[in-house]
Amino acid sequence: MHDLAQAAANFINLDAITIIYLFLVGFVGGLVSGFIGSGGAFVLTPGMMSLGVPGLVAVASNMCHKFPKALVGAIKRAKYGQVDVKLGIALGISAEAGVLYGAHIQESIKKTFGDAGSNLYVSISFVVVLAVVGIFVLRDAWKTYKSGTINEDEKITKLARWVQSINIPGTMVYFKSLNARVSILFTIPLGFATGMLAATIAVGGFVGVPSMIYVLGAPSLMASATELVIAFVMGLGGSFKYALHGMVDIRLAMIILGGSLFGIQLGAMGTTYVKPFMIKVVMGVIMVIVLFSRGLMVPVYLSQLGLIQTLSDGTVKMLKATSFGIMIFALALGAFIVLRAMWQGRQAERLEHKESLAHAKA
Amino acid sequence: MTFLDQKKKKKTVGMMVLTGIISIGLYISLLSNQDILNANFAKGGMFAFLPIITAFIFSYFHGAFTGHFWTVLGVEASKKKKEVK
Repeated sequence: MHDLAQAAANFINLDAITIIYLFLVGFVGGLVSGFIGSGGAFVLTPGMMSLGVPGLVAVASNMCHKFPKALVGAIKRAKYGQVDVKLGIALGISAEAGVLYGAHIQESIKKTFGDAGSNLYVSISFVVVLAVVGIFVLRDAWKTYKSGTINEDEKITKLARWVQSINIPGTMVYFKSLNARVSILFTIPLGFATGMLAATIAVGGFVGVPSMIYVLGAPSLMASATELVIAFVMGLGGSFKYALHGMVDIRLAMIILGGSLFGIQLGAMGTTYVKPFMIKVVMGVIMVIVLFSRGLMVPVYLSQLGLIQTLSDGTVKMLKATSFGIMIFALALGAFIVLRAMWQGRQAERLEHKESLAHAKA
Repeated sequence: MTFLDQKKKKKTVGMMVLTGIISIGLYISLLSNQDILNANFAKGGMFAFLPIITAFIFSYFHGAFTGHFWTVLGVEASKKKKEVK
C-alpha cells in the first residue's frame, strides 16, 4: 500500500471537460442514490479509471464523495419520516467489518492471481449477486404490478415474519421501520454481507436494501432511505482508512459531490411522489442491466488468466467499451425512470389540487 | 400568495444566494490550490483528517445550497403526507 501511496501523490490533471464529466456522472449517480439508497459507484469508479486515475485512488475518492452525499440524502429523507437511524447504524457498523474483510480478501486475491484474477473475482461477484438478487427484486416488482396491488401496503415476506418471530434473549432490539423487535444476530450477517459487497463491487446497497425488505421486513421506502445511513457509516470509515494511506484525491471527490448533491436532493424528493414498488423497479432494472455489463468482461479476464483462448486486442477493446456503455445506460435508464415517475406524480398531484379547488368553488 | 409565503420565499432565495456564494468560494479555492491540496492530502497518517473535514464542510454548505436551489425552482417534495408502512 505504501508504493501506491507514493503513486497517489501523482494525481491526474483536471481539465474543464473532465470536471464537467465527473459533475454530470455525479449528478446522475446522486439522483439514483437519493431514490434507491445506492448506485452510481459502479459507474463512477470505472469512469474515473478511464480518465487515468489509479484503481485504488478511484475507489478511495468515490468513497470520500459517498459518505457526505449519503449524509445529505439521509437527512433529507429523514424529514419525510423514511429513515430508521437505529437500524442504519446497527447494519452500518457490521457493514464496516464486512468492508475491512472484503478489502482483505481482495488484496489476497490480487497478491495470488494478479490484477486479472482480482478483476475476474469482482466481475463474477457482480454477475452472481446481481443475477440472484436483481432477478428476484424485479420479479417481485412485476408480480406486484400484475396483481394490481401497487396502491396497497407492502406485505412482509414469510422469511421476514419468521425472523421477527424468533426471540433470542439479550439480543432483541426494537426497530421502528420493522415495527418489531429483531435479534441483532440477524442484522449482523446482513450488514456484514452489505459491507463485503461494497468492498468488492462498490455498491453494498444491492444486498443491503433487498435484505432489509425481504429478510427483515422493512417497507421499500424505509429500506432505501436507511441504506443511506449504512452508506454514511461505511463510507466514513472506508474513507478514513484510505485517507490514512493518502489515497483520496479530494478534488475528484468534491467535484463528484458537487453534482451528486444536486441529484440526491431530487432523488429523495422523488420518493415522496411514487408508489413504494417503484424502488424495486428501479433497483431491479439497474441490477439486471449491470449484470450483462459485467458478464461481458468475464471472458476478457479469463483470457488474461490463460483459462480460455487469448482474445485479440480489438475484441478486448470492444468488450470493454460495450461493458462501460451498458453501465452508463443502466444508470441513465434508472435516472430516467426516477424523473419520469416524479414528473407523473407531480402532475397527478396538481390535477388533484385543481379538481379539489373546482369542487370547492362549485 | 400570502404575506407569510412571500416572506418564506424571500428567505429561501436569500439562503440560496448565501450558501451558493460560499459553495462557489469553496470550489474556487479547491481548484485554484490543487498543488497544495495534492501535496498535503496525500500524506496519510494524521493528515487523513483533512479530506474527511473537507468533505463535511462541502456537504454542509453545498448540500444546503442544492436544497434551496430546487426549492427556489419550485421542485419540492409531495405536499401529501405519506405514511410509510
